Amino acid sequence: MKTAPALAEGFPDLSGMRIAREPHWFRWLSAALIVLVLALIVRAFAAGQIEWSYVSRFLTAKVILEGIVNTMVMAVLAMALGIFLGVVIAIMRLSPNPVLKTVAAGYTWLFRGTPLILQLLLWFNLALVFPTIGIPGLWSARAVDVMTPFLAALLGLGINQGAYTSEVMRAGMLSVDIGQYEAAQAIGMGRLRALRRIVLPQAMRVVIPPLGNEFIGMVKATSLASVIQYPELLHNAENIYYANSRVIELLIVAGLWYLLVVSVLTPLQMLLERRFARGTLRLAR
Amino acid sequence: MTKPLVAIRSVSKSFGEFQALKNVSLDIRPGEVMCLIGASGSGKTTLLRCINQLAAIDSGGIWLDGELLGVREQGGRLHRLSEREIGRQRLKTGMVFQRFNLFPHKTALENITEGPLQVQGRKSDEVRAEAIELLRRVGLSAKADSYPAQLSGGQQQRVAIARALAMKPMLMLFDEPTSALDPELVGEVLAVMKELARSGMSMMVVTHELGFAREVADRVVYMDQGAIIEQGRASDVLGAPREERTRAFLSAVI
Repeated sequence: MKTAPALAEGFPDLSGMRIAREPHWFRWLSAALIVLVLALIVRAFAAGQIEWSYVSRFLTAKVILEGIVNTMVMAVLAMALGIFLGVVIAIMRLSPNPVLKTVAAGYTWLFRGTPLILQLLLWFNLALVFPTIGIPGLWSARAVDVMTPFLAALLGLGINQGAYTSEVMRAGMLSVDIGQYEAAQAIGMGRLRALRRIVLPQAMRVVIPPLGNEFIGMVKATSLASVIQYPELLHNAENIYYANSRVIELLIVAGLWYLLVVSVLTPLQMLLERRFARGTLRLAR
Repeated sequence: MTKPLVAIRSVSKSFGEFQALKNVSLDIRPGEVMCLIGASGSGKTTLLRCINQLAAIDSGGIWLDGELLGVREQGGRLHRLSEREIGRQRLKTGMVFQRFNLFPHKTALENITEGPLQVQGRKSDEVRAEAIELLRRVGLSAKADSYPAQLSGGQQQRVAIARALAMKPMLMLFDEPTSALDPELVGEVLAVMKELARSGMSMMVVTHELGFAREVADRVVYMDQGAIIEQGRASDVLGAPREERTRAFLSAVI
C-alpha cells in the first residue's frame, strides 16, 4: 500500500476554532420596541373605563363557571359527532360505489356551503317546518319540545363539523401509501377491515394536528349557540351584562376563559400526537 | 402429468390503451419454483398481481388449486365474486412486494400475527408461537419488537416474507423482492428465498437476479410486451436462448 500524497500548502488549520456568536442588535431593538408598545396598550386599558374589580369578581361567578362547563360539554360532544360523521363521509367519498360517493359529496357541499349560524337557526326553528316529528304510528312528539337549544346546537355544530372533518380524514387516508392497502388485501383483509386496522391508524398521525385545530375552532364556535339560547359561556356572560351593563368587563371574563381552555388543549394535542406516532423514526429508540 | 397448482388460460389485461398482458397461458406445478424475467413493462408483475387479484383480468381465466379466481360461472355468464370470497381466495397465495409494504405502526411480530389473528381468527398464543418460529426461520429472532423503521431494507423484506408465510399459503408470489434493496442486502433476502424453495414451497418470482434464477428456478419464463416469449429450464433459457428477443434481453442485462 502506498502512503497518501502530500496535501497542498496554503490552507490553515481551522480545527479548534469556534463560530462566534453574533450580537443581533436588531433583535434586541425590535424586542424592546414591542415591549414598549405592549406596555402602552396595558396602560391604556388600565386607565380606560374598565372596572377591573368586576372582571375579577365575575371570573369565578357560578353562572360563568356553568357556562364553561356547558361550552366544553357541547364542544366535546359536537366534535365527537363531527369526527364520527367525518370518518363515515370520508370512507364513503373514497368508496368505489358511485351512490355513496355522490351522497358524501352532497353532504360536504351542503353543510360547508352555508353559514354555521344559519344552520343553527334552522335546526332551532325546525318546529316551524315540522310541528310534530316522530315515526308514523309508533311515536311522535311536538318538535318544540324535542328541539331544545342543546339538541339544536349539537346537531348544528356536529353536522357542520362533520363536513370539514371528512375532508381532513380524507386527506389523512390519501396520505397513506397505496402499498399499505395492497399489503392488507394480500393477507386477506376486506376494504373496511383494512381501513380500520391498517389505514386509519396511520392516517391518525397526519390528521391530529388539523383535528386539534378544528377542535380549538369548535370550542369558540360554540359561542354561536348563544343565538339559540344555549347557556354556554358567552351566552351567560351576555345575560349578566344585560343586567348590570358591565359589557366590556364580562366580555373580558369570557375572553380570558376561552384563552385558558385553548392553552390547556395544546399540550393535550401533543400527548395524542405522541400516542399515534408509534413506529415512526422520530420516536425510534 | 400432475394437476397444475395454477392454470392461466388466455389471460388479457389492459390499463387504458396499454395492453399489459396479451393472451397469456401458463401452468405452475405444485412445488415448482418459477422465475419470471423480462424488461419493465413486459407484464410479469401484472401477471403476478392478477394471480393475487390485486388487479382484475379483462378476459380469460386463472384457476388456483382447481378454483376459478375472481368470478363464478353461472348460466353461461361470469359473475364477479364478493369481496369476502376474493379475500378467501387470496389467502391461498402469499405476496411479497418490491417495497416491502410492512405496516409501519406495528412491530415485526405484530406485522406477522396481524393476518392470522384478524383475518383467520386463530388463537393468539398459537399464532404468536408460529410467528416467533417464522422470525427465527428468516433469521430475525432478535427483532421481534422492532418497528419497520428500525430495520434495514433486507430485514424488512425478510419480515415481509414471514408475514406472507404466516397465512400458510400454497403459493408464494415475489414481485421483484430485491429491487429496492442496497446491493449488500440482496444476499440475505435471496438466502431466505432459497431456503424456502428447498423446503418445497411453490414460488413465482419476478426478478432481475439471474444468478438466483439459474441456481434455484425449476423453470424460467421470459416475457416481453405482455406475452410469454420463451420458457424452459434455467440453463436452457439463460444459457442457450432460442429466441432472438431473449438473447437481446440477456445480453443487455448481463
